[in-house]
Amino acid sequence: MYIFAFMRMRPWQRVAFIFGVVLGTLALTTTLQAHSRQRARWSPKERALLRSLSLASQGPMPEDPSNRYADDDAAAHLGHLLFFDTRLSRTGTVSCASCHVPEKNFQDGLRVGRGVGDGSRRTMPIAGTAHSSWYFWDGRADSQWAQALGPLENPVEHGGDRTQYARTMAREYRAEYESIFGPLPSLAGVPAHAAPVAASGSEAAWARLPVGTRDDISRVYANIGKAIAAYERRIDFAPTRFDDYVAAELASASQSPASGFTADEEAGLRLFIGNASCVNCHNGPQFTDNHFHNTGVRRDSEPSPDSGRSAGVVKALAGEFSCTSRYSDSRPGDCAELRFAVAEGAELVRAYKPPSLRNVVGRAPYMHAGQLASLDDVLQHYSDAPSAAIGHSELKALHLSAGERRQIMAFLGTLTGPLTAPSGFLTAPTRN
Amino acid sequence: MRPSFRFTARHRSVAIALVALIAGCTAFAQAPRDLDYSRTRASQTGLYRGTIRPAGDSIPQGKMQSWSLHLETAAGAPVDSATISVDGGMPKHGHGLPTKPQVTRSLGNGDHFVEGIKFNMGGWWVVKFHVSAAAGSDSLVFNISL
Repeated sequence: MYIFAFMRMRPWQRVAFIFGVVLGTLALTTTLQAHSRQRARWSPKERALLRSLSLASQGPMPEDPSNRYADDDAAAHLGHLLFFDTRLSRTGTVSCASCHVPEKNFQDGLRVGRGVGDGSRRTMPIAGTAHSSWYFWDGRADSQWAQALGPLENPVEHGGDRTQYARTMAREYRAEYESIFGPLPSLAGVPAHAAPVAASGSEAAWARLPVGTRDDISRVYANIGKAIAAYERRIDFAPTRFDDYVAAELASASQSPASGFTADEEAGLRLFIGNASCVNCHNGPQFTDNHFHNTGVRRDSEPSPDSGRSAGVVKALAGEFSCTSRYSDSRPGDCAELRFAVAEGAELVRAYKPPSLRNVVGRAPYMHAGQLASLDDVLQHYSDAPSAAIGHSELKALHLSAGERRQIMAFLGTLTGPLTAPSGFLTAPTRN
Repeated sequence: MRPSFRFTARHRSVAIALVALIAGCTAFAQAPRDLDYSRTRASQTGLYRGTIRPAGDSIPQGKMQSWSLHLETAAGAPVDSATISVDGGMPKHGHGLPTKPQVTRSLGNGDHFVEGIKFNMGGWWVVKFHVSAAAGSDSLVFNISL
């Protein structure tokens, strides 16, 4: 039929018809090619960004010069025992694992942590934190071991004191402790509870102790932190679908069924590193820049006034267990983060550290006091960019559509994966 | 008769909103195209010439680093004795450096050791060295692209 129609055409009509068919075919092929290319192709700059976000770019575990036991296996084993030991608390009911629950990616799913009392901040996850420079939401500790010591003497977390803990070490862990750190000091005549913690009820007893005894007990306390840090240091993220996707993209290989992204996931990744600017602060293989940002998170539901990094940096610089303290194993020239920290300025007001986005999907609620219940709430917050009640928010309104928020969430789902650790470290030890 | 145009409070708020919208939309825009990323720059009023020498060929993101700064007069004489302070930031983001770098010692021959440099995100950064030496006070401004 079409042939008859073609035969009936005048010569100029036949030329126009053939020209039209060729042009149409060309246009269709080009469009299809462009479409298939668009789904997989990233610019050289984007490829570099993708590479920088992949766990394959992480490099070796950074050293902790302030903790000479950081890579000691015996210290890590002891730290594993201590992490799960509820005797390291005033009530005998709270361990590190009470809030940093291994089955929940070492956090608790609560708005604020709950130890012997209610805390004021969201429990932070632990995996991958050996790659961090600062600890706690406000960075008031500059090492994993200094961080581990904070909650132990916090009146609403573990609520105990270093004298109690030194006694616990002497009673329960003498052999393990002494094989790693050397002899425990004599605790004869030392009161059951004493610590230099204001309003703890044990500060007067601490003040009465001779300086040398205080130093001995504080050193045991520091070593408890160093053992816990040696344990925590070994808990890291395993590669996820995102890392597999990047590896295939960079090798220009075709995506496998496991690594291939859906259209939403790919669009979400494009937004994440592009127009939504998420990658500004959530960068590197851990998806955090390890710095502090005021993002205008509301204060209304915070249990107590919180000035963020402004107060955190002051505490870090004065830290009894900081990298430059007498209990640190660092040498002159180490501790650059502390020595060159920005100590004041408007940018620090209500600025908080972005946590890693790996496994973020299963970690509601969000923000430093659990103010936002869901990831969609978080993306809506970044989309609206409300002004900060105190200080200045760094955010610029993104005006994300519901579809774009869905795409970014789909991408964040590709960052979900298992943790890696030495055998047995992701569950409670058997000794206790 | 048609009233003449008067710039009312409503007009002003519309204008402010428009300016804010444009500023917001361009806040994370690319750096200007004609930026000079040279590692050797003349100081702002021409008193000095400075050269930054990062530890490696490329400047890493997210890592604490030390640089050396070579400082000489406009005539090319090395400047060893100088008080140098460092600041900078991301002009398009409106924030400063994440650390407070310091020139910790003179290495001789006009070279100065700069410690505590870190860039916590990608994009256009500026690093400024404020120099006070015998020839006077002046600032060296370097553009960095990460």
